Amino acid sequence: MGAYVLRRVLIMLLLLLLLSFAVFVLFSLLPADVARLTCGKICTDQTIELNRIRLGLDKSVFEQYWLFLSAIFVGRTYGVGEGAVVCEAPCLGWSFTKSEPVLELILDRLPTTIFLALGAFVLFLIGGVLLGIYSALRRGGWQDKAITGVALVGYSLPSFFFGLVVIYFVIIRWQILPFPRYEHPWDDPVQFVQTMILPWLVLAILYAAFYTRLTRSQMLETLGDDYIRTARAKGLPERTVIGKHALRAGLTPIVTAAGLDLAGLLGGAIILEAIFSLPGLGSLAISSVTNPDQSILVGVTLITATFVIIANLVVDILYAYIDPRVRAS
Amino acid sequence: MTGAFLEVRDLHVDFPTDDGTVHAVAGASFSVSPGSTMAIVGESGSGKSVTAQAIMGLLNPRAAQVSGHVFLNGTDLLECEPDDVRRMRGSVMSMIFQDPLSSLHPFYRIGDQLVEAVRVHQNVSKSQARDMAIDGLRRVGIPAPERRVDDYPHQLSGGMRQRVMIAMALINGPDLLIADEPTTALDVTVQAQIIDLMMELQEQTGTTMVVITHDLGVVAEMAKDVCVMYGGRIVEHGSTDDIYYRTSMPYTQGLLSSVPRLDEVRSERLDPIPGNPPSLIRLPSGCVFHPRCRERSRVEDDLCRTLEPELLEVSPGHTARCHLVDGTGGAP
Amino acid sequence: MTDIVRVTDLRVHFPVKSRGVFPRTIGQVKAVDGVSLHIGAGETLGLVGESGCGKSTTGRAILRLLPITSGRVEIEGTDITDLSRRQMRPRRREAQMIFQDPYNALNPRQTVGSIIAAPFRIQKVDPPGGVRAAVRDLMDRVGLNPEHVNRYPNEFSGGQRQRIGIARAIALQPRLIVCDEPVSALDVSIQAQILNLLSTLQEEFQLSYLFIAHDLAVVRHIAQRVAVMYLGSIVEVASREDIYSHPLHPYTYALMSAIPVPDPHLQAERQRIVLRGDPPSPVDPPTGCTFHTRCHIAQERCRTEIPVLRDMGGGHEVACHFPLTDLSATAT
Repeated sequence: MGAYVLRRVLIMLLLLLLLSFAVFVLFSLLPADVARLTCGKICTDQTIELNRIRLGLDKSVFEQYWLFLSAIFVGRTYGVGEGAVVCEAPCLGWSFTKSEPVLELILDRLPTTIFLALGAFVLFLIGGVLLGIYSALRRGGWQDKAITGVALVGYSLPSFFFGLVVIYFVIIRWQILPFPRYEHPWDDPVQFVQTMILPWLVLAILYAAFYTRLTRSQMLETLGDDYIRTARAKGLPERTVIGKHALRAGLTPIVTAAGLDLAGLLGGAIILEAIFSLPGLGSLAISSVTNPDQSILVGVTLITATFVIIANLVVDILYAYIDPRVRAS
Repeated sequence: MTGAFLEVRDLHVDFPTDDGTVHAVAGASFSVSPGSTMAIVGESGSGKSVTAQAIMGLLNPRAAQVSGHVFLNGTDLLECEPDDVRRMRGSVMSMIFQDPLSSLHPFYRIGDQLVEAVRVHQNVSKSQARDMAIDGLRRVGIPAPERRVDDYPHQLSGGMRQRVMIAMALINGPDLLIADEPTTALDVTVQAQIIDLMMELQEQTGTTMVVITHDLGVVAEMAKDVCVMYGGRIVEHGSTDDIYYRTSMPYTQGLLSSVPRLDEVRSERLDPIPGNPPSLIRLPSGCVFHPRCRERSRVEDDLCRTLEPELLEVSPGHTARCHLVDGTGGAP
Repeated sequence: MTDIVRVTDLRVHFPVKSRGVFPRTIGQVKAVDGVSLHIGAGETLGLVGESGCGKSTTGRAILRLLPITSGRVEIEGTDITDLSRRQMRPRRREAQMIFQDPYNALNPRQTVGSIIAAPFRIQKVDPPGGVRAAVRDLMDRVGLNPEHVNRYPNEFSGGQRQRIGIARAIALQPRLIVCDEPVSALDVSIQAQILNLLSTLQEEFQLSYLFIAHDLAVVRHIAQRVAVMYLGSIVEVASREDIYSHPLHPYTYALMSAIPVPDPHLQAERQRIVLRGDPPSPVDPPTGCTFHTRCHIAQERCRTEIPVLRDMGGGHEVACHFPLTDLSATAT
């Protein structure tokens, strides 16, 4: 088991390295002239040229990548003399539009995204799995039909539409909640909850639909398996048969999907953050597209990709925990 | 019911489906005396496994309609509350299945599965239950049970897994053990071990056994009494000797003569029953076996096609569902 | 040289990977380890053994469905061991296969007609009278109603599906058919029908069969010669008469004695050797004779020296240091 995890971590690091290179090369291939974009409204050819040297854009892609990579461990100084900017290790690049290190920008936005993602995750996982089990047990009954029907609608709703509809009714028409204004929970817990509750619910409903369907089909499959008959033949009460024997056997695909969904959400729920004006990674990404800042985009992309890779690793380790047969091979 | 430990009377099991109702069991009646072994023989679709699951109360009430009587030690299980039957499962009556690999939960250690079986019925501590589990494993001939108890099912061989299933079925000392094709998924050399083990354990514990199988060799080895099922009905019932040496139903006859045998020199050609087993949704009229029966011409007035024969007595304790049986002891 | 198949010293090994940070090959599963056999025109060779003994792997390797590690396979005098996929393609006409599970071997989305016609399409063969007529003729020959040509596999019973598989296999009139447990998934009454059908087709088309089975009783009814496999090697091969009347290898004897006979009195009197334990792992086979760990007459020599197949007269070959005499077989 230890060797397995170690091997997976090594592969993960290698993958991250390759990925960062790919992201870096991809962005450097874009036709946009970064030196011009970062120079602001009043711009002379001279400042552009200066920017070019400061950003290291006069060097080859490989050299630029090396500078970027080494900056993570030893930091980096952009330019020389008076106008030099020092980005201390770990340095994930420097945003010239915001005059801040990219990492700091990201870390500043990360808690919002984490709160949004985790809250919704807990809601949709519990809700989806419970509804899925219930639906499977009432297979063919009206409860099952109602749940699968609603799940299908939820599954096919576009998030921007659903989000806007909810804002229109709950906040504007019925005025149940005030307009969203994000505060960190340690600053203003009431305001935090009032702002987050709608995006949580919207995300949860959108995702729960998928988990209801997945759990239902998993349960229907495992409930027909021989060991479920054995569990019943042992005289176990139905709640143990379903809650323990059937659920655990059907858990693997749910864990996979949940891990990857959580990773995706941690990369920022771009549309919902924009709709509910939450200062998370998603809105950071959007603002660095509308007000172009390539270093922020590279940073956010890398962080998101890292979440996905870590989620994959965690999911695989969870597999081995759930299914002893995985441990053996 | 005097003398009988298990008595099944007029058992019917129907499964309504979109294509029509599947009449899986249609009026099965038999009884098993305490400590003896009854075999239910039949091919797939004969209703033998459904009969077993109906006795155990394992059929999904949302899918199956069960009627009739199943008396276990005088109590009618079909009249009991589902939760009372649930409490009898695994304690008073147990069951083992065909495929021991898929019948054990792949994610739990065998010890945990045994402990669970103990603790659902007995008020004992976890460590006591674990000791009982190790004891149970030792009794079914698993070497080094103290270590094996922590294995997962996939770490054991097929024969060992079936031993674990037997240990689990017997761990609460049931009075009735139903074995549904217990050796079909095993190699012959392992099958011989498992049969020996089951008979040995029965001798020690006096457990009443119902063995469900398609293998007439296994029946010859294990059972005292035999029910032959076809198309959801019991078509012949008697002692093993009655069934093998005084066969009275043409289906049983056909079954016996189509088994490839190791022991006697026969013509290369086997003598099979022609045709295919009937659909349980649209059963043939009259005798369910008549479309495949070779003795049909011996019955007058095309009776086989129009009238379903009763189970008639061939000799005391030996009955057959055939118009050729005159009910006074004459065989066809 | 009328041999259709000649296999010399066939080996099929699969690598075993280590666990750890960097996995590497640490051993070999010797699934087939030095098998030699031959099958004459119109002959059936039964290949018998327990699960995991390598009998199916042998059959698949002969058809080049698995990579061959070493050895030689000749079909009709042509060495096919090293033929490329492209070179193999026209050869596939000569050797076909029938599978155990008639449910999984047929594409559920194709009609029966299309399944049976597939060999003609793939090999670009135009039978006289056209494909449609050929398909109807094949269906008739295997006992299927040609009217059902447009039905799908799920509309047929297990036995009928096996007939579909047989029709597909004989479509191009091959010389050899590898039958991999063709009747073990079928009911007894259907088994006999399929065995008889295979015999009829053999006479009609001068087919050679490699008949792979775990059941010695089934093999007795179809094979002229029988080879018994244990842990990747053939331990005994002889004509049917010789092997069933006086088996020389203790494993063959144990295998036969383990099969219960459908005759209660005879079964009660039979001498049985119940082998202990399970077959050892082919990753780490025992030294010397691989059977010595379960053999009831094993001696010191068996632990160290590997026995080779030797002819004991009349083509009865056995790989045993102490082959049974008739006396020792009955005395144990």
